[in-house]
Amino acid sequence: MPGTSSHSAMTSRSSERFGKWLVSAPPLVYLLFFFAIPSLIMVLASFRTPGEFGGLSPLVEDGRLDLNLDSYVRFFTESVYAQIFVKSVWYALLTTLFCLLLAYPLAALIARSPKKYRDLLLLLVILPFWSNFLIRIYAWMIILGPNAAMARAVNGVLSWFGHEPVALLFSSFAVLVCLVYVHLPFMVLPLYANLEKHDQALLDAAQDLGANGWQRFRRITFPLSLPGVYAGAALVFIPALGIFAIPDILGGPEDSLIGNIIKQQFLETRDWPFGSVLSIVLTVAALVLAGLAAWVGRSQLGTRSSGALSRA
Amino acid sequence: MRRHPVALWAAAAAGYAFLYVPLIIVVVYSFNNSRLNAEWVGFTLDWYDKLFHNQEMLSAAGNSLLIALVASLVSTVLGTMAGVAMYRYKTRLLPILVLTPIAIPEILMGVSLLIFFVLLNFTLGLASVALAHIAFCIGFVAIVVRARLAGMDESLTEAARDCGATPWQAFRHVTLPLIMPGVIAGALMAFTLSIDDFVITFFTAGAGTVTLPLQIYSMIKIAVTPEVNAVSTLLMLLTLALIVIASRLTPSLLRSD
Amino acid sequence: MALLEIQNVSRRFGDFTAVDQVSIAIEAGEFFTLLGPSGCGKTTLLRMIAGFDLPDDGRILLNGEDLADRPPEQRPVRTVFQSYALFPHMSVEGNIAFPLQMAKTPAAEVPAKVQAALEDVRLIGFGKRYPHELSGGQKQRVAIGRALVTHPAVLLLDEPLAALDAKLREEMQIELINLQKEVGITFVYVTHDQTEALALSHRIAVMNKGRVEQLDQPAKIYSFPTSRFVADFIGKCNLLEGPVTASGNGVVTIDAEGLGPVRVASSAAVTGGKSGAIALRPEKIRVATSTSAVGATIAEPDRRPEAKPDGRSDTESNNHFRGTVTDHLYLGDVTVYIVSTPQGCKLETLLANSGAGRTKFFEVGDAVEMSWSVDAGHFIS
Repeated sequence: MPGTSSHSAMTSRSSERFGKWLVSAPPLVYLLFFFAIPSLIMVLASFRTPGEFGGLSPLVEDGRLDLNLDSYVRFFTESVYAQIFVKSVWYALLTTLFCLLLAYPLAALIARSPKKYRDLLLLLVILPFWSNFLIRIYAWMIILGPNAAMARAVNGVLSWFGHEPVALLFSSFAVLVCLVYVHLPFMVLPLYANLEKHDQALLDAAQDLGANGWQRFRRITFPLSLPGVYAGAALVFIPALGIFAIPDILGGPEDSLIGNIIKQQFLETRDWPFGSVLSIVLTVAALVLAGLAAWVGRSQLGTRSSGALSRA
Repeated sequence: MRRHPVALWAAAAAGYAFLYVPLIIVVVYSFNNSRLNAEWVGFTLDWYDKLFHNQEMLSAAGNSLLIALVASLVSTVLGTMAGVAMYRYKTRLLPILVLTPIAIPEILMGVSLLIFFVLLNFTLGLASVALAHIAFCIGFVAIVVRARLAGMDESLTEAARDCGATPWQAFRHVTLPLIMPGVIAGALMAFTLSIDDFVITFFTAGAGTVTLPLQIYSMIKIAVTPEVNAVSTLLMLLTLALIVIASRLTPSLLRSD
Repeated sequence: MALLEIQNVSRRFGDFTAVDQVSIAIEAGEFFTLLGPSGCGKTTLLRMIAGFDLPDDGRILLNGEDLADRPPEQRPVRTVFQSYALFPHMSVEGNIAFPLQMAKTPAAEVPAKVQAALEDVRLIGFGKRYPHELSGGQKQRVAIGRALVTHPAVLLLDEPLAALDAKLREEMQIELINLQKEVGITFVYVTHDQTEALALSHRIAVMNKGRVEQLDQPAKIYSFPTSRFVADFIGKCNLLEGPVTASGNGVVTIDAEGLGPVRVASSAAVTGGKSGAIALRPEKIRVATSTSAVGATIAEPDRRPEAKPDGRSDTESNNHFRGTVTDHLYLGDVTVYIVSTPQGCKLETLLANSGAGRTKFFEVGDAVEMSWSVDAGHFIS
C-alpha cells in the first residue's frame, strides 16, 4: 500500500513535480509531434478532396471549408474495396490460425525444457525475426522460385497425374506461407510466456484423476493458455492485416491486400484522402480486434484460469 | 510421465526448420558460383566482391548506418526517459504515445508521416527517415528500460535519497548504473530496428534517398541475383551480433513482458 | 522537549486511512518500537518520518523543527530498509562511503569513517566485498553501518530482521540492543513481531487501523493491555466478556459469558450493567484434576474450593471453574489445553511441561478445575 501510493506524496513536492516533467516531457513532445499530430492530420485528410496534382486540395476554397465524406462514401459504395478489405481480413485470419498451429508445439516444448535451455530455445525463435524483413521475403522467392527444387518436385508429382505445372511464386500460396513465416515469433512469445507459468502439479493432478495426454491438453493446458493465445492472435493479426511488401513481392495480381491499396493511393494515384480513409479503416479494424482480444483474454483470466495463473 | 512426447518434438523441430531453412538457403546461395539461386554449382566469393564494388549499394549502406546511428542515439535518450517516466510516474498519455506506434501496422505510421512531412514542406530524405525511425524506436527502448527498472529493488532509489542524494544524484549514481545494461540493449535494438526498417522508410525517404533495405527491395523487384544473398548475409551477421549482445545484457529482453 | 514529535499525523490513500491522527513523542536515546499487524500504518508512519511520504494532516518535528519542507536527503534521519537496499554495484565500502560522499565529506576523511562504521557493525575485513557475496546477516549489518556512518539523529528500522531465520534473528536482536546502547542514537523500529518488540524496546506503540492503541513500556503492555486489540495481539489471551455486576474496593465482578461471575482486581470505577471484559493470559490459569487433588497439579491444593453442582465455585480471592479438556497441543516446553465449561465457554490454558510439581498430562475428556487469582487478569472496559 505505501509502496504504490508513495509517489503521489513524493511528487506533491514541487521539485519532484519538476523532475517528473523533466523526464516525461521530451519523449512526450517528440511523440506528440511525430506520431500524434501526423495521425490526426491523416484523420483530417480523410475528409478532404484530393488535389489536382495529388495530395490535398486547398483547405479553404472560395471561402468554403473543404471537408466532406466523399472518400468514405467511395469506400463503402465501390465493392472492390470492401472485397479487398474482406480478403485482407481473411488472409490475416488464416495467418493467425497457421501461426497458432505451428507456434503451440514450439512454445510448449520450450516451456517444458529444462530452465537452462529455455532462453536459448526462445532466442532461436526470435532471431529470424530480427533479420531483415525483406531478406525473409526474399528467402521465399528463392525457395518457391520456378527453378528451385521445391517447384520442380511439386510439378514433377503433378505431371505424374497429368496435371499442368503450377507456379508457386507470385501466388496466394506464397503470400500466405511468407505471412506465417514472418509472424510466427509473435505467436510463440506470448504463448510461451503463458505456458511457462503453468503449474506442473495441475497436470499431475489431472493424470492422477484419470486424464490421458490428450484430455490433459484439452481440459487443462489449452483452456489455461487461452490468454496467451489471444495475445498472440492480436500480435499476429494486426500487423498481418496491414502488410503490403509480401503481396507486393510474392503475390500475383489477385493478391493485392489493403496495404497495397494504401501504398498505391499514397505513392502512385496520389489520392491522399482516399488513402487516409483506407488507413483509418485499417486502424479501426486493428484496434477493434486488439481490444476484442484483450477483452476476451481478460474475461478468461477473470473467470476460470485466474486461480491457476495467479501464483505466477 | 513422458515430458516430451515424440509428436511434440517432431512438431517443434519442424517449426525450427521452417524458421531457419529459408535463411540458411539465402546464406548458402551467396557463395554459389551461379547467377541462379537454383542449383549448387561451386563455391565463390564473387558476389561479395561485386557487392563491395557496387557504388549504389555502398552509398545505401552508408545512409543506413548514418540513419541508424542518429536514430538509435536519440531514441535511446528519449526512450530511456520515457521508460523511467512510465515506471516511476502515473502518466496516462505517455504510455499510449509510446506503445501505440509499436502496436499498429507499420504502414499507418509511414503514410501519416508522409502526409505530415509533405504538408510541412519538409524535404523527404535522410532527416525525415531518421525522425520517423526515432518515433518508432522510442517505444522499444522504453519497454526494455522499464522492464529493467521493474526488476530493480524500488527501495534502492529511496535508500540513495535517504543517504543524502538529491533526486538527480540518486538517478546518476544508483538508478542509471543499474539500468545501464537495459539502456545499452535498448540502443542496440533501436539500431537494429532502424537499419532493418523497410516499410516506414519506404514512405518517408522520398525519391532520391536510398537505404539498404530500399536498395534490396528495388533489386529483388527487378531480378533475383546472388548479390542480394551476399548483402543479406552480411546484414544478418550484423543483426545477429547486435541482438546476441543485447540479449546477453538483458535476459528479460527475451520475455514478452 | 522530545527529540522527535509526531503531532496529529494522518495519511489517507483514497478512501483508506493508513495513519489516523497519530501523536507520539520520542525521546533522545530511546529504542522506540511501532508494533502492529500489516496494514496498521506503522510503515507509512516510518516513511513519513523518513520523508518518502508526506502527512495529509499534522506535523512531524525533529528538535522542534517542522520537517515538512525537507526532502528525504535533507533530513538527519536514516532508514534501514527491510530489503536492506544495498547498492549492488558498489562494494561494502562503497555503500558505506555513499552517504559521506553525498554529504561532501572531504575525501581524506572518508576511509577512516568507513572503517569506524565497519568496526561498529563488526564487519572489519568485508569492505571490498560486494552485496551479493554477503550473507543475510552481513547485509543487514552493512545496511545499519551505512545508516549510522553520518551519525543521524534518528535511525529508522523497517522490519530489519524479517528476512532472517529465527536463530540469526535472536542474535541480531541482542546486537541491535548493544549497538543502540553504544552509539546512543534514537532508534525507531517497525515490526509486526510482538516478541521482537517486547525484547528490544524501551517503549512500544501498538498500532491498529492507523491509530495508536496503547503506548507504554513492554512489561506494562504485556501485563496491562488497555484494549481488546492489544490484549489479543500481544501474546495469547482469553477475553472474558460480559456485563459488570459489581465494582468497588478495587475489585470488579463481571458476569462472563459461558462462565459466570468472574472477579478481577481493578481500580476502575464502572457502573453495574455496563459491558466489560477481562483479559486473562493462558499461563495465569492453574489447572487441576477435579477428582484427585494431591500432587496432581500445580494448583495450590489447600485453596481448593467446594464445587457447586452447576460447575461454578467461589472463594474470597480466587476464581474457580470446572471444565473438560477438549483439545490439547503439545509444544515441547509447554502444553496448551483448551478447557470447555459446561456452559460452552472455551478457555485456553498453558502448562509448563517441566515445571516443578508437574507430574500429569491431561487427556481429552478429563474433568479439570481451573482457577486464577483476582489479580491474574486485567479489566478492560
